[in-house]
Amino acid sequence: MKLELTSQQKDNCSSFRAFVDEEIVPHADRIDREERTPPEIIQKLANKGYLGAILPEDWGGTGMDAIAYGLLNEEIGRGCSSLRCLLTVHSMVAHAILKWGSKFQKEHWLTKLASGDAIAAFALSEPNVGSDAKAVETTATLSGDSYILNGQKKWITYGQIADVFLVFAKWEGKPSAFLVEKNSPGLSIKPILGMLGVRGSMLAELHLNNCQIPQENLVCRQGFGFSHVASSTLDLGRYSVACGCVGIAQACLEACIEYTSKRKQFDVYLKEHQLIRQMITDAIANIKAARLLCYQAGYLKDSGDPKSIMETSIAKYFASTIATKVANDAVQIHGGNGCSSEYPVQRYLRDAKIMEIIEGSTQIQQITIADYGYQEYIFSQNRSSTSQELVART
Amino acid sequence: MKAAKDKIKKFLSQFFGDRDLQDDEDIFALGFVNSMFAMQLVLFIEKEFEVTIENEDLEFANFRSINSMVSLLERKSTVLARD
Repeated sequence: MKLELTSQQKDNCSSFRAFVDEEIVPHADRIDREERTPPEIIQKLANKGYLGAILPEDWGGTGMDAIAYGLLNEEIGRGCSSLRCLLTVHSMVAHAILKWGSKFQKEHWLTKLASGDAIAAFALSEPNVGSDAKAVETTATLSGDSYILNGQKKWITYGQIADVFLVFAKWEGKPSAFLVEKNSPGLSIKPILGMLGVRGSMLAELHLNNCQIPQENLVCRQGFGFSHVASSTLDLGRYSVACGCVGIAQACLEACIEYTSKRKQFDVYLKEHQLIRQMITDAIANIKAARLLCYQAGYLKDSGDPKSIMETSIAKYFASTIATKVANDAVQIHGGNGCSSEYPVQRYLRDAKIMEIIEGSTQIQQITIADYGYQEYIFSQNRSSTSQELVART
Repeated sequence: MKAAKDKIKKFLSQFFGDRDLQDDEDIFALGFVNSMFAMQLVLFIEKEFEVTIENEDLEFANFRSINSMVSLLERKSTVLARD
């Protein structure tokens, strides 16, 4: 076992960090305040090839491995969670098309998504449907050579600017996935403002009123929209969010190290107070642990290991909960200043809270991880008598 | 394909516990199948047998039992050999 980034991955990390410090950090508070992402910043992401991070070079992508993609998410998350959300949802749709799209869909979309000429968004949630995603109420019917979609999607990240949506709907009662272009007849897009966190992520509601799309826009097959398309894309999304959360927590830690080294109370710097040092210690340890879980998930993804699905869920659960804790402590350490828009830690706390809700809430992860625990330990090949008794009780 | 059957059975045993899964038993009917399982099954088959599960392979009939998965692998191996 060797827990160390390769020299290439270290170089990637330095390059991502420099880009974020130069091009994102200076704008992050404004993005949050104005609740929009300036197109020129998205263009800068595109120019660096980051919007095609997960796509192979054959499709114009950067062809990053999972570890490098994770590092990119951590660094962008350190600077601005809204922009990291763009990377998340855009990459999720690119992944869906790459894995489950038709030849036509791949040829039509992948190079555009890789270059950033088209922005993609993921449209699963609805006003009545969150965690119970299989219960989507949006419907699709086949009419001639078109699908007709009816329903409403909500909380669609970057829905205000996306060129194409991966929309989940039931066709003949079976969950299915469709590509819906922004100018499709019957689609209207309504911005959502005033959110707690990731305020620059340009959320939207999608209203599909007899929205007509071509028959070739079905992704994968009827009935596999949730079990295969949504599941594999949400897995990538969870990985992206997990790594982004490490970035949020790292930003908090760096802000606290700086602040407590400059501010004095009781004639000594804050960092000399033991209760402050306790919070700094917790942050350091939690961040390191979360980062290692992300590395492990990334490593398993690169090797195509089925365990990567659950290990990603664990990484997301841990990283998002510690991000909220570290950000909460960061605001506490900053005191009144931490509650002011003059300091970014209040933004980190608001953004971190959102991370516990998206891509599977903390509670959904807890249910899933506990199930995994019983499966792993009770049904292991070398079952002990104790576990046999437990099996009998469950 | 005995080796393939054994590998699939071993993988499935993680999900079906101490049940002695039969080669032709319908795993969907047993009620353990969820989306997390579905994705893990795809990853397992792709990694273990070095094949790619594609859209046209996504028929419930191809994943219903150990035997049906082995049949899918046999068909895909034939296609791969032909290519």
